[in-house]
Amino acid sequence: METRLSNYYEKGIKYFFGLIAGTSILLLFLIFSLLFREGLGVFSNVGVTNFILGTRWLPVSETPFFGALPMIIGSIIVTLGAGMLAIPAGISIAVYLAEVAPRSVREVAKAVIELLAGIPSVVYGFLGLTVLAPVIKDLLNLPSALTAFTAALVLAIMSLPTVVSISEDALDAVPREYREASLALGATKWETTVKIVLPSARSGLMAASMLGLGRAIGETMAVLMVAGNAMIIPHFIFDPVRTITASIAAEMGETVQGGLHYQALFGLGVVLFTITFVINLITDLIFTRTSSVKRGTSL
Amino acid sequence: MGDKNKMETRNLNLYYKGFQALINVSFPVKENTVTALIGPSGCGKSTFLRTLNRMNDVIEGTRIKGEVLLDDENIYDAEVDPVVLRKQVGMVFQRPNPFPMSIYDNIAYGPRIHGRKNKDELNEIVEKSLQAAALWDEVKDRLHKSALGLSGGQQQRLVIARVLAVDPQVILMDEPASALDPISTAKLEDLIHQLKSSYTIVIVTHNMQQAARVSDFTGFFLNGEMIEYSVTNTMFTAPRIKQTEDYITGRFG
Repeated sequence: METRLSNYYEKGIKYFFGLIAGTSILLLFLIFSLLFREGLGVFSNVGVTNFILGTRWLPVSETPFFGALPMIIGSIIVTLGAGMLAIPAGISIAVYLAEVAPRSVREVAKAVIELLAGIPSVVYGFLGLTVLAPVIKDLLNLPSALTAFTAALVLAIMSLPTVVSISEDALDAVPREYREASLALGATKWETTVKIVLPSARSGLMAASMLGLGRAIGETMAVLMVAGNAMIIPHFIFDPVRTITASIAAEMGETVQGGLHYQALFGLGVVLFTITFVINLITDLIFTRTSSVKRGTSL
Repeated sequence: MGDKNKMETRNLNLYYKGFQALINVSFPVKENTVTALIGPSGCGKSTFLRTLNRMNDVIEGTRIKGEVLLDDENIYDAEVDPVVLRKQVGMVFQRPNPFPMSIYDNIAYGPRIHGRKNKDELNEIVEKSLQAAALWDEVKDRLHKSALGLSGGQQQRLVIARVLAVDPQVILMDEPASALDPISTAKLEDLIHQLKSSYTIVIVTHNMQQAARVSDFTGFFLNGEMIEYSVTNTMFTAPRIKQTEDYITGRFG
């Protein structure tokens, strides 16, 4: 009798969690299909190549143009820029916290850094606009301070907490035995960190970097405020740019539901979705490859 | 068996924060012998072992008073670099801890950080070390496979080979067989016998039969003090001190 009851209980728990997991997958699927249903129209009306490779975005002119290339490049430049700043800086900070800093410093610093993640993005945008932008303009003698670089810098600061926090966890998870073995062989602390700890934490560091990039590419408000929003293809990092997310946010209010402009913005959503998907896919591939190397041969 | 003291501690005291973990330990380690440290859990034998290559330095809050001599020089002197010391005094830990890399790279790790880059030289060191650790025949065909694929016993011999590769004079072993099955343990003990001719070995063990089998000298630790030190045979047949006798006859611990 008792065993049968507990069997039902076990089954109940199993279905309960199955249902919850299923719901989140269903939700993802719904978002995905909504995005495509609303956005596909633009691809058939304008043409996939015209949409993705077109350089003119004039959604409300007499003869509208829907060329998203400037925004796609804008998003990519800003995200890569942010990644190139945030990932090395974030991992360095994490190394300091996990390997060098005394415990007391580590705990306080990590809490503070994680607190940074809670600041609303509009505040970052505001700070970028009023503090960073003038400094960059003066330092580099630029005509306008609102550039891809400014946006990348602000995004880098915003994704730093993610990168630091997850990297630190990854470094912390490296078994103490590895460090001790290395030290006992006469390695210095630095050699141990670079040759043992960092490679052992590689997958976690990769995840940290990807989540940091994810934060950067999806960010809207702060970029809208500091990127300059010029609908041109940037020639270098100090040109103003407009990102996909900023365009969607800025223009959505002016569209007619179901109209071509409306569809075009959803189409941008599809493009963004595809970019993130490809990033994730690439990471995944690198992951499986390196981890099989890890199992198979050398570092 | 050498009569020379390869290492020696004099009135060694170790404090961890407010706690005194070692009390006035004066202990000789004779050259080219195996010295076993026995005693109940928490008696300070592992802590003592870790003072011999300054591995306690990496634990925040430890403080040391007294001397630890290696070839008559105090290794806690200000001018001694612990990094150089650890090259001379290697260590094998309780749980096998190969790095997550290939067998070859595990062995070559030490020589590489000490500046050996020549490929032929490294190949030779790797082969010699693995042979000395009685592992070469089992792994020679998969040197570039991950070390994590080896069995526990093989991993522990790999770790010993890794220590041998940096050419130490003293090898410290902290309960090296505690995670191994009986067959692997027997292989490990054979290995310790072989290594004795070229190295000085100090081994912590909670297994008294093992201490009796592998060691020439034994020290008995209790509550941070070294209670008795003597030739292993004497220790297990005619202990001088009551507490030692109680421990080795299994009355406590």
